[in-house]
Amino acid sequence: MALKRFVVGCFEDEEVLFPAVKKVRTAGYKIQDVYTPYAVHGLDKALGMRDTSLHTAGFIYGITGTATALSCMGWIFTKDWPLNIGGKPNFPLPAFIPITFELTVLFAAVGMVLTFCYLCQLAPFVRHHHFHPRATDDLFVMAVECTPKTNVEDLKGFLQSAGAIEVNYQVAETGWWFGRYDKEQKLYADEHPVIA
Amino acid sequence: MSSIREQFEVTGKMRTWSMGLIAIGILAFIIGLITKGFSSDPHQQAIFWGTVMYNSIFFLLVCNASMFFICVTTLAKGGWQTVFRRVPEAISAVVPIFGLIAAFVLLFVVFGLGHGDHHPIYHWVTPGKDEILLKKSGFLNPTFFVIWTVLSIVLWSWLGMKMRQLSRQADNGDMSFEEGNNWFHRNLIYGSMFTVWFGLTVGSVTPWVWIMSIDAHWYSTMFSWYTFASSFVSGISLIVLWVIFLKNRGQLQFTTEEHLHDLGKFMFAFSVFWTYLWFSQYMLIWYSNIPEETIYFKHRVQGAWHGIFILNLVINFVCPLLILMKRSSKRNYTLLTFMAVLIIFGHWIDFFQMIMGSISKDHVTLGWLDFGMLALYAGMIILFVGRELTKAPLVASANPFLKESIIHHT
Repeated sequence: MALKRFVVGCFEDEEVLFPAVKKVRTAGYKIQDVYTPYAVHGLDKALGMRDTSLHTAGFIYGITGTATALSCMGWIFTKDWPLNIGGKPNFPLPAFIPITFELTVLFAAVGMVLTFCYLCQLAPFVRHHHFHPRATDDLFVMAVECTPKTNVEDLKGFLQSAGAIEVNYQVAETGWWFGRYDKEQKLYADEHPVIA
Repeated sequence: MSSIREQFEVTGKMRTWSMGLIAIGILAFIIGLITKGFSSDPHQQAIFWGTVMYNSIFFLLVCNASMFFICVTTLAKGGWQTVFRRVPEAISAVVPIFGLIAAFVLLFVVFGLGHGDHHPIYHWVTPGKDEILLKKSGFLNPTFFVIWTVLSIVLWSWLGMKMRQLSRQADNGDMSFEEGNNWFHRNLIYGSMFTVWFGLTVGSVTPWVWIMSIDAHWYSTMFSWYTFASSFVSGISLIVLWVIFLKNRGQLQFTTEEHLHDLGKFMFAFSVFWTYLWFSQYMLIWYSNIPEETIYFKHRVQGAWHGIFILNLVINFVCPLLILMKRSSKRNYTLLTFMAVLIIFGHWIDFFQMIMGSISKDHVTLGWLDFGMLALYAGMIILFVGRELTKAPLVASANPFLKESIIHHT
């Protein structure tokens, strides 16, 4: 949770965005993120992001579900309350498979959704700063983080030369906070903020 | 440079390998024919012809599955398979040859093996006074068997040939928008005809008459789908093997690990689909526990076939599930080659237990004859598919979906 300074460049076209990302990264600037109206294939690689570990988490949730189902049914039907159902053994594996399968899927699916929400910091009433409202419509928005040494005017000019149609300077909260979207409408911070 | 890479050539090494394997196979066939086929014991005869039969059926269905793959991706208006589409096309071109062999073997089994009132493989050929078989005789009789077998194979071959001819039209120059639309429309028509006929044959009646009728009293409504899943996942594995082979020779330069990843997904998904059908069939029979149904599994689960039964599940379910689950393993050439070989072998074992498990209930017949027939078919696939690949450029340059396929991203 900290205020940080950003120079934001807006691009209209994927074809311009990719070379721009490359230029900005080779120039040594740190891209905080690129906000796009839809999932852009290959952008994660261009930004140098590592692969997500969400699927590993999903696998672990899945085998947790398998183990839960088998141990629960196994304990109930062999130790706690053995029943003779149609002369079948007390631990009839084939009859347990459908329930085991369902519980595996349930654990994996619910666990992955919750993990995804946690990783993206998504929850009711949790607010994030929006760099540009058109990022949800038709604009590719690149937020470049400024260090104390960064010359903001130079960076603005650099983004414009890389093809940005709109460039501005923002001071934004990088973490999340509780709030409501219909209350706070101020999307741009003033031009001359005071940062400790 | 590019023209050399687009054209496939059969190398001397390939020819040596295929000829060697075919020679081994024919030798095994001849020795088997002398020692078992001409034996006076009907059981030995049944084992010999059963072995030849399950190999002919399995490899026919596996090669036919690649035409199904082409037709289904065409009907789904998919474009990603375009860069390697010539590979499944070439594999499906062996369907007429393998079909002829399979038809000959099947018709010989029906008409040549009967001993008076007893038929060692298909009991329904001589129903006698068996009431169940007499009730089924409207459907299980030699006339229907012959008509259905011939019709299946002829229509697979003819519709597959039409699809391949259409694909060749995409070699001569660029198409205008109108021409491209017309061309795709004709693809849709033949693709849907093939798919419907495939559903009526591999998806339902053909496995009933060819395989399930060996246990003439027993039936299962899951059986055809289970057979289809088995042959389709092996078909995809065969496509993967050829694609990787061509990649290693420096050809198919537009096919990348993105395409391989999607083929790997098919292998993974249809291995799980196969298990789903296998389990649905097994669990219902196990649960209801009715003697006339459990008879199919009695000797497979509790008798001599127990080892094969477990092996079948481990190779075809546990291995693909655990190994192919990871994204990186679907993009790894070595691992994918290993899994493709393992899956084809696993489903060959599956067909082996489907047919031989019913013919020889007391002992497992896996031996030199089985592996000899496997070598024969492996050699024939290398020879015929390799020869077919040389007949056209490896990439259809005027296919309207080519660009979509080149930039495909998983």
